[in-house]
Amino acid sequence: MAILQINDIHAGYPRKKVINGLTLPPLASGEVTVLTGPNAAGKSTLLRAIAGLLHAHGSVQYEGNELTTLSPRKRASYVSFMPQSVPTDINLSVMEAVVSALKASPLDAATASNEQFHHRAIAVLERIGIAHLALDPLNQLSGGQRQMASLARSVVREPHILLLDEPTSALDLRHQLKVMRLARSFAQDGRIVVMVLHDLNLAMRWADRVIVMHRGELASDGTPIEAITPAVIESVYGVRIRVERCSQGQPNLIVDGEC
Amino acid sequence: MAAMAVATVLSFLIDIAVGPSTLDFAGVWQAIFSPESVDLSTRVIVWEVRMPYAVMALLVGAALSLAGCEMQTIMNNAMASPFTLGVSAAASFGAALAIVLGLSLPGVDGEWMIVVNAFLFAFGATLLLQALSSLRGTGPEGLVLFGIALVFMFNAFTGIMQYLASAEALQQFIFWSLGSLTKANWENIPLLFGLFIIIAPFSMVSAWKLTALRLGEESARSFGVAVKRLRFFSLLRISLLTAGAVAFVGTIGFIGLVGPHIAKLLIGEDHRFSLPASILSGALIMSLASVISKAILSGAIVPVGIVTSLIGVPVFVALILNKRKR
Repeated sequence: MAILQINDIHAGYPRKKVINGLTLPPLASGEVTVLTGPNAAGKSTLLRAIAGLLHAHGSVQYEGNELTTLSPRKRASYVSFMPQSVPTDINLSVMEAVVSALKASPLDAATASNEQFHHRAIAVLERIGIAHLALDPLNQLSGGQRQMASLARSVVREPHILLLDEPTSALDLRHQLKVMRLARSFAQDGRIVVMVLHDLNLAMRWADRVIVMHRGELASDGTPIEAITPAVIESVYGVRIRVERCSQGQPNLIVDGEC
Repeated sequence: MAAMAVATVLSFLIDIAVGPSTLDFAGVWQAIFSPESVDLSTRVIVWEVRMPYAVMALLVGAALSLAGCEMQTIMNNAMASPFTLGVSAAASFGAALAIVLGLSLPGVDGEWMIVVNAFLFAFGATLLLQALSSLRGTGPEGLVLFGIALVFMFNAFTGIMQYLASAEALQQFIFWSLGSLTKANWENIPLLFGLFIIIAPFSMVSAWKLTALRLGEESARSFGVAVKRLRFFSLLRISLLTAGAVAFVGTIGFIGLVGPHIAKLLIGEDHRFSLPASILSGALIMSLASVISKAILSGAIVPVGIVTSLIGVPVFVALILNKRKR
């Protein structure tokens, strides 16, 4: 089992430190971890720091590698980051975009032929269920389809660590479900999947572990039922909730009102 | 793309066949393929006047359009081009400095000195634009406004140069500053050709990275692209291409804007194809503009920069309006 260890991370923007010395419990391969918390809690900042997209001090260890000091190319062979939103006016086909994600920097399989690259791209599109859109231009897709295409680009390089920034925001129910199921299946491949999510019910249902952040710090963590408790939610969001089991035994979060 | 190549060759031939002096097509054709069999004046007109203009038109169009295509991608701005963002104006001022002050470095030929100086200013301008566009809160329109400010600034500098220049230098400068192909000759064509042939392969090598950058900077970085480095070298190429084109024929507007747009419309944004398609479309438009510049007034050649502006301005306005609608 591979472990991602995040220790004493300081990250943020030039004039605004968002995270000050955050240490997380180790994240294991095969698990889906949901990062949640109110707006401006530092969730996306943390995700970007792990991905090396913004300057961060501290340590992000993975299998003996210190990710913060790796070159972009080397880091990209371990980590992939899916941004919350992608540009909409791109005149590229879904397939071209996925292949460009593969070829933008050499993979270990740099010697692979063009045909192999295309096979690999098609395989990912099939797994995500958008192979029929392969030749459609990105600028003509619906929001949900565009998000699926973005997910395809993020996983085609077969990252060990997959970071998803609010992958379900702006998606309809069916697409939300699809994304969560795919995230689970990517974890089952032996990847570490970390995603930022606002929907606590989705987190309850699909996450192996939940980390609640507040003002750049850890508020709680554990299994969904351990991490999402009325006390934690009240102190972090200022909202009264109940967690009740439905007729099938699934825990559900019910919002009663503001405190 | 093949159709575009054929059209470019056709346009090139028409460009040679058309001109103020009345030569028939057959005579021109003969002069191209068997120069010995035609009389001296035809040979001179075809080989020393029309051919260099026509070749220079292709080269300048190709160089500016390639520069425009890269610029639109790395600045993530559909309105970017060397002309619209002031890089041409900067190059032009640099060249003016070299001409008026008669700058020279030991061992550097006068013609090259103009190019070198044009390049230095163009590169400075691109770096400045890059710095401004990376400031937070600068949208695509903001960048265009910065570009316009640069155009005004460098035009003002150039104005001061003109004011202070000696009569002789002024004359040379004014002749130079009208964007026109009449400065093409067999000495400066190989220089621009060499520059282009060296730079274009480097653009092509970056094609995948540039395509990935279209998917967003964070995505590109997550695919392992060193975006800062990519930008720096791309700006270097843009500056060299622009400086080469401007130094030899003066400022020619809008080719770097219109060329890439036509290419991307026809072929999409996979840069393996859109870069060469931009080269072709730029060469084609410039060549057509050259034909038009000879056809507007019979017996005279209108500076080709005027023609490209007449074509380019409506396209530029349409782009801005289109952007607003979104």
